[in-house]
Amino acid sequence: MDTLIPSTSVDSRDSTTVYEQLTSRGVSRRDFLKFCGWMSACMGLGSEGVAQVAQALETKKRIPVVWLHFQECTCCSESFLRSSHPIVADILLDKISLDYTETLLAASGHQAESVLHQTITKYKGEYLLCVEGSVPTAAEGVYCCIGGRSATDIIQEVAAGAKAIIAWGNCACSGCVQAAKPNPTSATPISKIITGKPIVHVQGCPPIAEVMAGVLVHLLTFDRIPQLDALGRPKAFYSRRVHDTCYRRPNYDAGLFVESFDDENARKGYCLYKMGCRGPTTYNSCGTIRWNGGVSFPIQSGHGCIGCSESSFWDNGPFYERLGSFPGFGIETTADKIGLVVGAATVVGAAGHAVLTNVRKHHEIGEQPGESAANGPSTSAGGSSNQGGTES
Amino acid sequence: MNTHAPSAASSAYQRIYVWELPVRFYHWLNALCILVLTATGFLIANPPAINTASEASFSYWFGLNRFIHFAAAYVFVFNFAFRIYWGFVGNKYANWKNFLPLRWAQAKEVASVLRVDILQSSNKPLVAAGHNALAYLTYFVMFLVFVFQVASGFAMYANMSNAWFPQLFTWMLPIFGGDAGLRQWHHLATWFFIIFTIIHVYLVFYHDYVEGHGVLSSMAGGWKFLPKKQPAGEGKSLFSGAPVTTKPAGASPRSPS
Ligand code: HEM
Ligand code: SF4
Ligand code: SF4
Repeated sequence: MDTLIPSTSVDSRDSTTVYEQLTSRGVSRRDFLKFCGWMSACMGLGSEGVAQVAQALETKKRIPVVWLHFQECTCCSESFLRSSHPIVADILLDKISLDYTETLLAASGHQAESVLHQTITKYKGEYLLCVEGSVPTAAEGVYCCIGGRSATDIIQEVAAGAKAIIAWGNCACSGCVQAAKPNPTSATPISKIITGKPIVHVQGCPPIAEVMAGVLVHLLTFDRIPQLDALGRPKAFYSRRVHDTCYRRPNYDAGLFVESFDDENARKGYCLYKMGCRGPTTYNSCGTIRWNGGVSFPIQSGHGCIGCSESSFWDNGPFYERLGSFPGFGIETTADKIGLVVGAATVVGAAGHAVLTNVRKHHEIGEQPGESAANGPSTSAGGSSNQGGTES
Repeated sequence: MNTHAPSAASSAYQRIYVWELPVRFYHWLNALCILVLTATGFLIANPPAINTASEASFSYWFGLNRFIHFAAAYVFVFNFAFRIYWGFVGNKYANWKNFLPLRWAQAKEVASVLRVDILQSSNKPLVAAGHNALAYLTYFVMFLVFVFQVASGFAMYANMSNAWFPQLFTWMLPIFGGDAGLRQWHHLATWFFIIFTIIHVYLVFYHDYVEGHGVLSSMAGGWKFLPKKQPAGEGKSLFSGAPVTTKPAGASPRSPS
């Protein structure tokens, strides 16, 4: 087990490649290649990608990595470590040379801090910074302090020398539950604090282990940031909605919906749209890669997607309603309730106005040139005498 | 009451050809699109429970409904684009300059319309050959909502399509907090269309009833019937009602329709 624990010295890990590390740990070449094939499939690279991945892992030096934890529940680390594929955990713990991470570090106190400082000084401009958790900025950052320093301080210092940043999970990408209204600690996503560094958003609460591994392998293989969508998420994993890869989709298109969780339709496996499924507005790989080594995913277990890879998904609730509450109008006020009230007011207003018109414009109605109701058809070309109205 | 076009000699009215055929065509196609988009949109938002014993693969009504929504959206967009073009080449009532009360006369007219028609604190008759200045301004606001509805709709549609056009709007997504947030706003904006329609239809009836200038039928035939000499007062300063190409009633060429 001791190889799982990052050593207090960063020097011993300098020269080996990922492949050397793996074979020295007893991984066969066959298993190694299988892993490369699987990873490139996850990344959507196709068959030529396998060789690229294999070559990169065989020849490239491991990347030094610093992994910081702020306001979070560690579900991202958990997800990663529990990946069914043993090499995934290996990648994290050995191959990428994880030099500092509070959760798994054997060292503590000053020893731990010195590892961090050694790494960021020695590998300035080279190391990869992984962040799990959001940064609370309220009250000068007192809501999250490590070793007597606020998260804001730490992230500023460590990010300054990083080559790139990976924001793990919804917390680091968009603040997750601690940023939900009213966000008492001003939990802030990393991209709002650090500017001028490439940031990869690996969204989800937590992200799928294979997606996390895929992003790391991509960085190892190609030495550059994967293609990102408008929200900074790698396109390889977040370009399609859960809805577009959902096996219940034919039921959606056929208009066959579950109406309540215990009905006949639920048993038949109909679409969960009317139960509040957020699949149509959520970008993630749950429908293809699935969870726990492809065993299942929430919708397959009969529960709608809650949109965990989208920003402010906690505030887009209630989770079991199709139409969310409208921001600023209180709980369970949907766009439809607002619309109905304003619409009804409009109808009442128009009716009132019609009555008013008949009172106020009693004389004017029909008193047009040539059509005076009182005088019969008039031949006068100008305005009739009644026409000017009485007011100024 | 004489409901036929009076003879030129006896009439106090003149016929004015206000809405050209392309404008009328735009209007009704637009109305149809909005009707279809609202109906299919609400079905998307809240599909009824239709239960059949058949397999999902034999039925596609919900997919078809969405298809109609998206197809109507394209028609809506091109029709709208055409109307903008017509704002530059059409007659003066259709001109884009009417839609913004940038001139003093237009701003004053907005105020008079508010006084005479909405608050009814004054009864001075107003005569507008085109729309009145307040109506033009309202349509301008409506056009902004069109743009929003198109942009939000196509931003959501972008990931279902390989066409380039929807991709132009993906920048909307981060601003509105992703698809979920945008969908909310798209849904809320639908109510704007409904409320607009209520007020719009009411005011057309109102003007037709109070003024008797044939506003209601003008969007069908293109003609309005206005007093030959405009009465003194607020009606005079109208920007859009200012010297118009009038034709004596009865002696006019028909519209190309
Ligand atoms: C002009 C371009 C428009 C486009 C491209 C568009 C596109 C869309 C899209 C992509 C959706 C989401 C459908 C889904 O995820 O399955 C949607 C929903 C909807 N659209 Fe549109 N739309 C347009 C205009 C309109 C207009 C003019 C209206 C109404 C007047 C409207 C009303 C609605 C409604 C009510 C929904 C359901 C929203 C919800 O509750 O999720 N749309 N539209
Ligand atoms: S269950 Fe959810 S993701 Fe699947 S088809 Fe229905 S709405 Fe889409
Ligand atoms: S199905 Fe939706 S809520 Fe569930 S893990 Fe996937 S993205 Fe998150």
